[in-house]
Amino acid sequence: MRTDDTAAFDVEAVRADFPALDQEVNGHPLAYLDNGATSQKPRAVIEALRDYYERDNSNVHRGVHTLSERATAAYEGTREKVRSFLNAPSEREIVFARGTTEAINLVANGFVRPRLREGDEIVISHMEHHSNIVPWQMLRDELGAKLRVVPIDDDGALDLDAYLAMLGPRTRFVSMTHVANSLGTVNPVREIVEAAHAVGAQVLLDSAQAVPHLAVDVQALDCDFLAFSAHKVLGPTGIGALYGRMEHLESMVPWQGGGDMILAVTFEKATWNAVPYRFEAGTPNIADTIAMGVGLDYLREIGLDRVAAWEHDLLAYADERVRAIPGVRIFGDAPEKSSILSFVIEGVHAHDVGTILDSEGVAVRTGHHCTMPVMARFDVPAMARASLAFYNTRGDIDALARGIEKVRDVFRLNR
Amino acid sequence: MNDLRELYEEVILDHNRNPRNFGRRPPECNRAAHGHNPLCGDQVEVSMTLRDGVIEDIAFDGEGCAISTASASMMTQALKGRTGKEARSLFDAMHAVLVEEAEPDHDRLGKLAALLGVKDFPMRVKCATLPWHTMEAALEGRDAPVTTE
Ligand SMILES: Cc1ncc(COP(=O)(O)O)c(C=O)c1O
Repeated sequence: MRTDDTAAFDVEAVRADFPALDQEVNGHPLAYLDNGATSQKPRAVIEALRDYYERDNSNVHRGVHTLSERATAAYEGTREKVRSFLNAPSEREIVFARGTTEAINLVANGFVRPRLREGDEIVISHMEHHSNIVPWQMLRDELGAKLRVVPIDDDGALDLDAYLAMLGPRTRFVSMTHVANSLGTVNPVREIVEAAHAVGAQVLLDSAQAVPHLAVDVQALDCDFLAFSAHKVLGPTGIGALYGRMEHLESMVPWQGGGDMILAVTFEKATWNAVPYRFEAGTPNIADTIAMGVGLDYLREIGLDRVAAWEHDLLAYADERVRAIPGVRIFGDAPEKSSILSFVIEGVHAHDVGTILDSEGVAVRTGHHCTMPVMARFDVPAMARASLAFYNTRGDIDALARGIEKVRDVFRLNR
Repeated sequence: MNDLRELYEEVILDHNRNPRNFGRRPPECNRAAHGHNPLCGDQVEVSMTLRDGVIEDIAFDGEGCAISTASASMMTQALKGRTGKEARSLFDAMHAVLVEEAEPDHDRLGKLAALLGVKDFPMRVKCATLPWHTMEAALEGRDAPVTTE
């Protein structure tokens, strides 16, 4: 679909671009509300994958023949697309990785590890995804560093004062989620970065849940690193990107060796390739990288302002509909929220909620959402989570509300 | 659609609301094991008093969905007073229906047949079998926690 800036958002036209949305599940039209786990893909992305394999398939950076040239141009062209999507100064500051998880691990091992001394502190928050907890625990345990965890309040908002008080001369690195995947909290990342810089620490933003929903500008945020996964933002699984400030990337050692990451190899030594190739050892995920760029183009054409406005309205509607149902408890009520509604139904385990919603064609995530500390913080074993995308409608939310009524009905809570 | 009413039968809901032999360990408990479903976070502990090969008492504790809670609750009722061998054979009979798609042997399964609705919900079968795997580990005196993965 094509839209100009003044046109109203035409959700039906958008939906027509997503083949997977057009299906029935268990006799009901699919209401796909699990976008936080992974988004559906527009036809353009699916076709980009097919086109690549049908026309351009060859290895990149290696051949002089036409196909290799085409593949390399499309692959490297994606670096420019990601650069412009994040407003990074240079496309050499974009490193392709398997996703957010790999990007965080790359920074932990390539940037933080060589700088970390015993007693140094790494700061994260209580609302992190496991992928932004475990890599730091591993470094902590190996190198005798400390992991400091910024608390969250009952609304799921970050305790900014506690964060500021935590920063000091021992703070080596801050790694913080931009938008929390189980609570929807949008963190004050600009302030977080500024305060960390004031004590000489660098900051990585886990923007896996931010990039699909709000315009992200790494220069305005002034962050040192930023990671996201393509599959949550219309692209394929197994690919994503890390933005890293050039001076940091230049200072980093590679963490995997192999082809493509070197300039010259003798048995005595290898000379590393330039940034970012130094961090991309081996034949990369070419087709999915190219398709990731196509997904970002699609989103940009719709416009993140329009996406944010639509989702904001839809989240408010969902909150109102779901909150009105007796026995439902919603988690995450931060002043700034995006696209996520997590809840439990009193007396019913989230797993049962998921099965009954599925019987109504409603797809939600149930469980701990890879945020077990958040479950512990709110003292529940699991939550159900509806997570929105711009192609969702009020009809999807109505189906969710009907599904929750059905849960209450099956569990005899309505009498 | 697979029938939700069969999955959430009245008996299941009742055992979920009022689990039997729950939240305690038998007074002279000498066997216990811990089970965990990392996918959904379900936790169960099954403990028993085993004397001369007979399960004199059995109880469970933990946190889980309706299916796993009801399965554990009904299991403790079914196994009290049985030999370890009978317990295993009952689990085999359940497993055959839930995992290997065998026809249910109603004479053998008795009330446990109410749990069989879960066979049409492949994502939920592990919820029903977790307490049984854990019971088996307790019988064998295994220390390592049981997981569904
Ligand atoms: C906030 C957040 N961080 C990190 C991840 C990990 O992303 P991936 O599994 O694509 O590496 C996710 C997605 O599950 C997420 O929601």
